[in-house]
Amino acid sequence: MSEDLKAAVAAGVVGSEESFRALLQSVVEVARAIFGAQASSIFLLDEEADELVFEAVAGEGAETLVGTRFPSSTGVAGWVLVTRQPMVIEDVSEDPRFSKEIAESTGYVPKGLMAVPLLHDEDVLGVLEVLDRPERSQFSLVEMDLLTLFANQAAIALDLLRRARRAEQVLTTSGEGADAVARFATTIQELPEERREPALKLVAALEEVLRNDEGG
Amino acid sequence: MAQPDPEKKPAAPSEPRPAWSLPAGAADSIALPVEWPGEVTREWAWGGSTGKDVRVCILDSGVDKDHPLVGSLARSVAVTVGPDEDVQVEDDNEGDLCGHGTACAGIVRSLAPDVELTSVRVLGAGFSGSGNVLLAGLRWAVEQDFDVINMSLSTTKRQLAAILHELTDTAYFRRTVLVASAHNMPVESYPWRFSSVISVGSHEEPDPMAFFYNPDPPVEFFAKGVDVEVAWTNGARIRCTGNSFATPHMSALCALILGKHPELTPFQLKSVLYLTSTNVGGGR
Repeated sequence: MSEDLKAAVAAGVVGSEESFRALLQSVVEVARAIFGAQASSIFLLDEEADELVFEAVAGEGAETLVGTRFPSSTGVAGWVLVTRQPMVIEDVSEDPRFSKEIAESTGYVPKGLMAVPLLHDEDVLGVLEVLDRPERSQFSLVEMDLLTLFANQAAIALDLLRRARRAEQVLTTSGEGADAVARFATTIQELPEERREPALKLVAALEEVLRNDEGG
Repeated sequence: MAQPDPEKKPAAPSEPRPAWSLPAGAADSIALPVEWPGEVTREWAWGGSTGKDVRVCILDSGVDKDHPLVGSLARSVAVTVGPDEDVQVEDDNEGDLCGHGTACAGIVRSLAPDVELTSVRVLGAGFSGSGNVLLAGLRWAVEQDFDVINMSLSTTKRQLAAILHELTDTAYFRRTVLVASAHNMPVESYPWRFSSVISVGSHEEPDPMAFFYNPDPPVEFFAKGVDVEVAWTNGARIRCTGNSFATPHMSALCALILGKHPELTPFQLKSVLYLTSTNVGGGR
């Protein structure tokens, strides 16, 4: 549990999920605005369920899509996720099968899209998609670079969100003990430096006493 | 200039030399089957070649064999890895689950119309375990002694790097040319970073036969990868951008060259590509 507790504490203030969601939302809003696109979305990979989950949506579908899921090996987003490579498709309207079921279930079927994996260290956390840029703008490699920059930002936000959720989960599932320890750790962290060292010594001494007691 | 026998790809040397060295008087035993021409031109390299008899493997999401831009497939298999790490390679009847593999196959076919194409599907079983499927698929493909393996994908998993490196070297020594996409983002991924493969990034020129040697590796060549018209699932044609689509252009060029000069090793083939690059000798 100590690893999880570390994560809980490292995530900072518990309940920060809302702020990180706002950060993700701002990334899709900016991406949509910069590319002049109809919509932009961020998907989080739920590894246990092997599914992609809509975490933030700007433009078409913004009201309804957040929280909906689909299989992680499906369509372009699935390809991007597995290969961890961005993909740009200018015109999907001719392809009758292309994620059509999923796209239709979202209420919006795009004509063209850009999808980029959200990479954090060697992990892939999800996918960022930008749907339907205006037709006048021919895609160039400069836009691929721009997409990558957005992906970096989104990956950081997604990582923070993931940590916050993990922290919250640890605290709710581990009962009062974990909650108390997390609060205690935060209190120590917030102490002025001259008081922090003696406090840590005290904690170490307490730990030793408890361990000896266990052993005896 | 001696002419190669186009009928036959020479067998790779089977017996290791003692101490991996060349004893006195043994130079004749490694005589090359063809003299290097005075000047390597595109005409010498692939003039008249259609890629006939060259076996190309598309390691990808499967290939839609009924697509008019793809033509026939020699074989189509799907690779899966079970919970006990048991690898299954079975005939694949599902075709393409994404469109990506069909796109790559169509590009190869467009430039090298007579190649023999085989699809090895390594995507479709979900995200988890995908690294193992990729490894198993590549291992299987290397064992089949294809002339060219098109790999428009890579992995960022560092723990797979060593074994991938070993596999790409094995391919190189068995005279299988592995053509691999560079990542489209500034991240480390494999196997394109290994020097035993031909790594490919994109340029924005419209000419599908334009390709550039990059004197500043790790990416060694740039091929057409922006706004490429490609085959997609269900008989569709769409326009795509990415190094994934530049890579099969280089695979097709390799197939054309090997169709005319089957004796070339991957090292020699890479040299021919260098000499015929648009920014080296290919512009002439």
